[in-house]
Amino acid sequence: MSNTALLQINDLSCIRDDRVLFEHLSLSLDGGQMLLVEGRNGSGKTSLLRILTGLKLADAGDIFWQGQSITRLGADYYEAVNYVGHHDGIKRELTCLENLRLVQAMGKPAPIELDDALEQVLLYRYGDTPVGNLSAGQKRRLALARLLVTESKLWILDEPFTSLDKKSMDYFQGVFEQHIQNQGMVVMTSHHEMVMPGPSLKRLNLSE
Amino acid sequence: MNRLSLTQAFIFLLRRDLTLVFRNRGELANPLLFFILVITLFPLAIGAIPELLARIAPGIIWVAALLAAMLSLDSIFRSDFDDGSLEQLLLSAHPMPVLVLAKVCAHWLVTGLPLLIMAPVLAEMLGMASEAQGILLLTILIGTPVLSLIGAIGVALTIGLRKGGIILSLLVLPLYVPVLIFAASAIENAALGLDVSAQINMLLAFLFLALSLSPWATAAALKMSMS
Repeated sequence: MSNTALLQINDLSCIRDDRVLFEHLSLSLDGGQMLLVEGRNGSGKTSLLRILTGLKLADAGDIFWQGQSITRLGADYYEAVNYVGHHDGIKRELTCLENLRLVQAMGKPAPIELDDALEQVLLYRYGDTPVGNLSAGQKRRLALARLLVTESKLWILDEPFTSLDKKSMDYFQGVFEQHIQNQGMVVMTSHHEMVMPGPSLKRLNLSE
Repeated sequence: MNRLSLTQAFIFLLRRDLTLVFRNRGELANPLLFFILVITLFPLAIGAIPELLARIAPGIIWVAALLAAMLSLDSIFRSDFDDGSLEQLLLSAHPMPVLVLAKVCAHWLVTGLPLLIMAPVLAEMLGMASEAQGILLLTILIGTPVLSLIGAIGVALTIGLRKGGIILSLLVLPLYVPVLIFAASAIENAALGLDVSAQINMLLAFLFLALSLSPWATAAALKMSMS
């Protein structure tokens, strides 16, 4: 089997409560490409993303990263992956800066000052504010800031634009485009239309 | 920049958990208060019979410590599970068992250590023989980490369930019983002036067994609970 693509999904199936969400799903994704997963509510978008992160096991099929099964790779795969799910994954008792430091400690830190990262996600003056005092949109921006402060090839994003305002959405869309241009990879679900130059954007509709 | 070494990540997570508890001080007091209350209620209920109280003191203190430990178990992973931090820990570039061990250590420092500090006062209150008090502290020092380590496996298995509390106690209590038996027996022997090395060695064996197995079992159970 030739696994030339960085991320290779082979014959993946997911069943929940006797209902087949998707089956025999195969696709590949390479550096500089974005995969937009579409489908109605309950069509298995989140399940697919969680399977891609390795948090959830597929009922059948395999996922290969650089030709190796992700269940075998374990931490070596996680180093290449950044996941932002439904939950923001930040601690409300800690301040913004403390949260970002934690993110860096658990992953591979990117060469960026944390203050700069906060400024980029429009939270500059909130560095020492406990996250519990932030609004839902601000928390989301902080959750997405993990993409800036750690280095990873593959971003897996579940509805990243939830509770974001227009300005922040445009900003993060720019961040994603930049990541794609730098030969990064993005797999995301979103109800918002993505504007991307043709060949770099792949679409997968789970409702069809 | 390079990623943190394993030791640095361990210390970082330990400190994070301690900071979190420090900012939520109410949680810190809960198990300790329970421990003190249960023990002070016994003399009131049984009556002021010094010989009887001194006789049952090891049992009372250990049962109270065990229940206090169980009461606090859920907090090891609960808040991390609820806000998605646990997902991120599972996806971290560091091996999960090490991170689990850091979290369990933090949990013990917050729930086990206060019991250790409070125990001499309560033992004195119950009139426990002074030769037994040193051994009491030793059993608590060795025994409570075992409770945290075993409890972590149980919590990891039940965290995804909505009403996991009862199952957790059913899962964990039988595994706590040996610790209880050997600890209480050690203190009793010490009060009679007998040798306690056998019991202490057994407790140490439990501790090392739990230390070497629990982080892996807990990490695997967490992974299962998340999927």
